[in-house]
Amino acid sequence: MTIVQWILLGAAMFSVGLYGVLTRRNAVLVLASVEIMLAAVNINLVAFDTYLADPEFTGQILALFVIALAAAEVGIGIAIILMIFRNRHSADVDELNLMKY
Amino acid sequence: MSISLAELSRVAVFLQEHAEEVQAGDGGGLAAYAWLIPVVPMVVAFLILFFGKYSPWKGWGMATAALGFVAVYGAVLAVANLRDGIVAEFSVNVGDIGTFAIEWGWVVDGLSILMFFLVGVVGFLVFVYAKGYMRGDARYTWFFAAFTLFAGGMLVLVSAPNFIQLIVGWELVGVSSYLLIGHYWEDMDNIDAANKAFMTNKVADAALFIGAIIMSLSAGSFQFSEIFARMIGGETTLAQFGFWAGLAIFIGAMGKSAQFPLHVWLPDAMAGPTPVSALMHAATMVTAGVYLIARLFPFYQLPDFSGSLNTIIVIIGAITLLFMGLLAIVQDDIKRVLAYSTVSQLGYMVAALGVGAYTAGLFHLFTHAFFKSLLFLGAGSIIHAVHSNNMSDMGGLRKYMPVTFWTFLIGTAALVGIFPFAGFWSKDEIISSAYFNATNDPEFAAWFMVVLSILGAFITAFYMARVVSLTFFGTYLGDAKPHESPAIMTVPLVALAVGAATTGLLNIPGLTAVFTDWVTTRAFPIVEHHFAQPEYILIAIITPVVLLGLFIGWRLFGPSAELHHTGTSGEAADVSAPERTVAVERDTFRIPALYPVLENKYYIDDLYMNGIVRPTMGPIAAATLWVDMNVVDAVPNLAAGVAKQAAASVAVIDDNAVDGVYNLAGASTGATGSFLRQFFPGRVQQYVALSFAGVVIFAALFVIF
Repeated sequence: MTIVQWILLGAAMFSVGLYGVLTRRNAVLVLASVEIMLAAVNINLVAFDTYLADPEFTGQILALFVIALAAAEVGIGIAIILMIFRNRHSADVDELNLMKY
Repeated sequence: MSISLAELSRVAVFLQEHAEEVQAGDGGGLAAYAWLIPVVPMVVAFLILFFGKYSPWKGWGMATAALGFVAVYGAVLAVANLRDGIVAEFSVNVGDIGTFAIEWGWVVDGLSILMFFLVGVVGFLVFVYAKGYMRGDARYTWFFAAFTLFAGGMLVLVSAPNFIQLIVGWELVGVSSYLLIGHYWEDMDNIDAANKAFMTNKVADAALFIGAIIMSLSAGSFQFSEIFARMIGGETTLAQFGFWAGLAIFIGAMGKSAQFPLHVWLPDAMAGPTPVSALMHAATMVTAGVYLIARLFPFYQLPDFSGSLNTIIVIIGAITLLFMGLLAIVQDDIKRVLAYSTVSQLGYMVAALGVGAYTAGLFHLFTHAFFKSLLFLGAGSIIHAVHSNNMSDMGGLRKYMPVTFWTFLIGTAALVGIFPFAGFWSKDEIISSAYFNATNDPEFAAWFMVVLSILGAFITAFYMARVVSLTFFGTYLGDAKPHESPAIMTVPLVALAVGAATTGLLNIPGLTAVFTDWVTTRAFPIVEHHFAQPEYILIAIITPVVLLGLFIGWRLFGPSAELHHTGTSGEAADVSAPERTVAVERDTFRIPALYPVLENKYYIDDLYMNGIVRPTMGPIAAATLWVDMNVVDAVPNLAAGVAKQAAASVAVIDDNAVDGVYNLAGASTGATGSFLRQFFPGRVQQYVALSFAGVVIFAALFVIF
């Protein structure tokens, strides 16, 4: 497989994720879409690492960091969403207009 | 009054002819270290002030130790003086004013040793007593500091060899008496009494300053010994102004020694605690005036002006001794009776010095110190027991307070002059001297004094009989339950009673002359008459007069004169109840015409109040108020006004310029925020879309360029 195919797969997954972030109204699914985007980024990182044959595997190590970061982000994100749901009995992001204050 | 040199040499011859030879030494180290006598109490007074609260017995111990030291030193000096005779004078130059040397020093001779001894011994006993009397007082330590200062001031006064130091001591006594009389200052009456004492003394002090200045300037020195030396050596200016100087100094003495008409402060000074009254009336303060005349006795005996000057002194003394005694009859406050009695006895002393009876006057001062402090401490003991100063709350205390009763009785016997108690000998010596002058050099003043002295003795007996009757006999009328005072109060009473009973024996005419030997050791010999035997004719008159006074007093105020109103108490219907005493009336004797005058103290206090104090005080108060409001206050008001104006202008700058910067920054930030907010409705997905659009734009730019 060539690098182009991996890049296309990454771009497709990124687009799917972006679409989900922008259109989903359930905050949990928005978060899941963000995970998809992060996974697309990871694919790109590993693909370019392999393509460039980096002797120190910088791209792969960076992908591991992104995975750890994504896990942390999901932990905090789910907790925030849980709190919002408890307070408002809803996890609809359209109703979350408090951020302007 | 101009005096020729010939006349002055006559003065010198007169003094030399009449002077007795005084065999005296300088006292050696004893006299050289006598400066400790005034210094120790003065230092201790300030030590108590600063450290008294932390010392054992809260200051009492230090104070009593200081007075004990003075007593012991005084006694040692007295014994040394009687054995060898001490005449010594020490001066340390402090500075000069022109040709006048300002000196600090100490005189040790018979006269000053007498005062050291009296202040020490009587003071020590009174201080011991005060521990019991002042127990529980709110300002206990402060009291002992002021009390020690009082004694120390008196010792500075009596040890003074010059006018400057004498006046310093004189004023120290004045200011500490002010503090002590006003000790219970929570009560306005006591403050008034303290002010009255201070002001009255100030009037006299002004005269003393004038007299001291005239005398010192005329003689060219403040030193007493210098003044006497110039006087005898023929200093004409001094002889010229001598009368006025002597008169002014006598007015000063009248103030401190409470002579008519400057006596008004002493009865009011009873507002102070009783130990203060006891010491003030015995050894310090009131004896200062008598001491001053005695110290200047050679001066007052100069034949050139002594005639007219001494006539004034005798008449003032005689008036005081009789008329102040009369006031004692109508007083209900036991301490006031004793106060008027003191004024009266001081009249005896002053009159005695006026007729030239130096030893007799001082002898009465000496014996009086013992029996009057005894009577005051006895009165204090009674007051302590019945919680009232008024004799209408007393009566029948003989049974409850035997020690106080017997010692008080001894004091009374000594005061009225019952053989062989102290007052008998000293008063007899005074009246004998007056009688001797009257018969040898017949003039009005001496006879005046003889007659008034005998009347005075009657009055003294009369009012003391009244005091003893109303206090110790008859029915007890008070509310508190009386009890004998603790030992710390009764032991000094007993010690003073021994003194009151026996000190008279020191100077029995023709038999003993201990006291004469004591006080006549001076640098300048004393000219006076000494009696070879008692004047029996006078004793034959005075003793019956005194006994008559006591008898009449006892009849009029004793238990037999009590009126018992009987009746049934309670319900009128209850006729079967036994009749019993429901009210006791005492002290009912009144002479209608005389009593209003006496009860109003001859209207002298009213005269001073309405004639001098109020007319002076009113305008002065108004004037000082005006000055205060318009002149004194003007400066701070102006300063405050300027400051206020400056503050107002600073406030304008602050409000507009300084605050403006911050307000502007805040307001513009807020406005910017409000403006931008309308573009961001707070929807998460819109933000994300915009972010992504931004990324796309940057990516596009990255690709194109």
